[in-house]
Amino acid sequence: MATKGWDEFEIGAMLRSFDGKAENIATTMQEDRAYSSSNSFTASVADWRIDKPVFHKDYCIDCQFCWIFCPDMSIISRDKKMIGIDMDHCKGCGICVEVCPTNPKSLLMFDEHIEDEVALAGWPEKDEGEK
Amino acid sequence: MAFDKMELRDIEVWDGNFAAAQALRQCQIDVVAAYPITPSTPIVEGYAKFEADNFVEGQYVMVESEHAAMSACIGASAAGGRVATATSSQGFALMVETLYQSSGMRLPIILNVVNRALAAPLNVNGDHSDMYLGRDSGWIQLDAYCPQDAYDLNFIAFKIAEDHDVRLPCMIHQDGFMTSHTAQGVKTLTDDEGYNFVGDFQPMNDMLDLDHPVSHGVQTEEDWHFEHKARQHNDLMTKVFPKVQNAFDAFEKLSGRKYNIVEKYDMDDADVAVVCMGTSVETAREVATEMRAKGIKAGVVGIRLIRPFPFMQIKEALEGVKAIATLDRSAPGGAPGMLFNEMAGALFNSDTRAALSGYVYGLGGRDLTKKHLVDLYTELQANADAGKVLTPLQQFIGVRGPKLSYL
Repeated sequence: MATKGWDEFEIGAMLRSFDGKAENIATTMQEDRAYSSSNSFTASVADWRIDKPVFHKDYCIDCQFCWIFCPDMSIISRDKKMIGIDMDHCKGCGICVEVCPTNPKSLLMFDEHIEDEVALAGWPEKDEGEK
Repeated sequence: MAFDKMELRDIEVWDGNFAAAQALRQCQIDVVAAYPITPSTPIVEGYAKFEADNFVEGQYVMVESEHAAMSACIGASAAGGRVATATSSQGFALMVETLYQSSGMRLPIILNVVNRALAAPLNVNGDHSDMYLGRDSGWIQLDAYCPQDAYDLNFIAFKIAEDHDVRLPCMIHQDGFMTSHTAQGVKTLTDDEGYNFVGDFQPMNDMLDLDHPVSHGVQTEEDWHFEHKARQHNDLMTKVFPKVQNAFDAFEKLSGRKYNIVEKYDMDDADVAVVCMGTSVETAREVATEMRAKGIKAGVVGIRLIRPFPFMQIKEALEGVKAIATLDRSAPGGAPGMLFNEMAGALFNSDTRAALSGYVYGLGGRDLTKKHLVDLYTELQANADAGKVLTPLQQFIGVRGPKLSYL
């Protein structure tokens, strides 16, 4: 795309979301939609993330809070089951961690460079609170 | 919702503002978003009354500024409607940021600009400062010399701008008060003739086409911006001229009234020529005829299409002329004047070695009298006889105090 000349694109500062006609979009999963190459869904727009969320499946209760609150639609959930995080679009804002209700949390923020396995290995224990 | 048609006489007595408002009514605009400013107010006021009286099927949007007016027009045009508004002077200046948006987004918005001076000092009268301010904005600019032109050029503007090969916004300029508030006989089209000339609006990449979602107003950086601007300039330079000519031809067929990209008056054998715009063209024509009676072969070149600038047509129109004067009705701000520069650019590489001199006149509505033009043509004849410019290259006409000239 970046090799196109001035005469090779549509006029006006406008971009199409989909290749061809968009039909039944609301009931089509993202992975099945014909996103155009100019749609940000097909590009990584997360390169300025500093802290990343890591998902710990064992503690998740599939409440969908993170999915509802994520401002970038970067929580991947299918059939109301939390699957993971779309790291190409997550900006690392941490809202998912903030709203996660489990104990310990099922989502925690880590430095971008820490391996997920290392993060999961050091996951905190359940906080029993004051006795 | 049905709307009423209006019975017009063949010739109505209208000023330029009402003529423009009537043309907008006959073109049936979907959205007019406007903020009033003298001297253009009666255009949008007139349109609002037509809408209130059920002569228009559309939406009139009252906004809080001219910046908001053009912004609303951009939204409505991107959504897929036929859109127009009007402004002048300070309002135009406030609109400038959004003018570049509308042309870059290739939205065929029609803007009636009733030319007025720019403050300071504040002034409501006509000069071409606002017109000049818009000349790099990527819009098509048409210039009306009288109320009849203001009426006709609105139809022509929609025809050009909305063409899918063009898709660029278009301004129709008329001189504040001299045209906008001077009532003259205006030959009319019937409502059906007028509407059928522009035809139903044909949307393109509109946001209301929900089966083909688009994002308008996107951002590009060094990787894409140049290509977009190049495309826009290419279309201005290559696609607009033939479409303007086609629209002029079609309009002549409909109405019998002929418009030209460059309006030549007595130019076939002219030795001396004045190049100007707006109401001054009509004054200059009258004086040129009188100069011919005195044995001076005088002609007038009126610019009808200001942008894209008709470089080649100007070159052709001035071929063989010995002395040329450009009349700029805008404070030149430390330069020779727009028309002087454009003429110099058009002629420098041609065989026409005319003596070219520039004049600044009429700022803030100061009259350009026939006496001024008689003196000017006399100076031009002296230049033509001498084969060179005998005066300074830039002179001021009609300003009090010691004679002002530069270069």
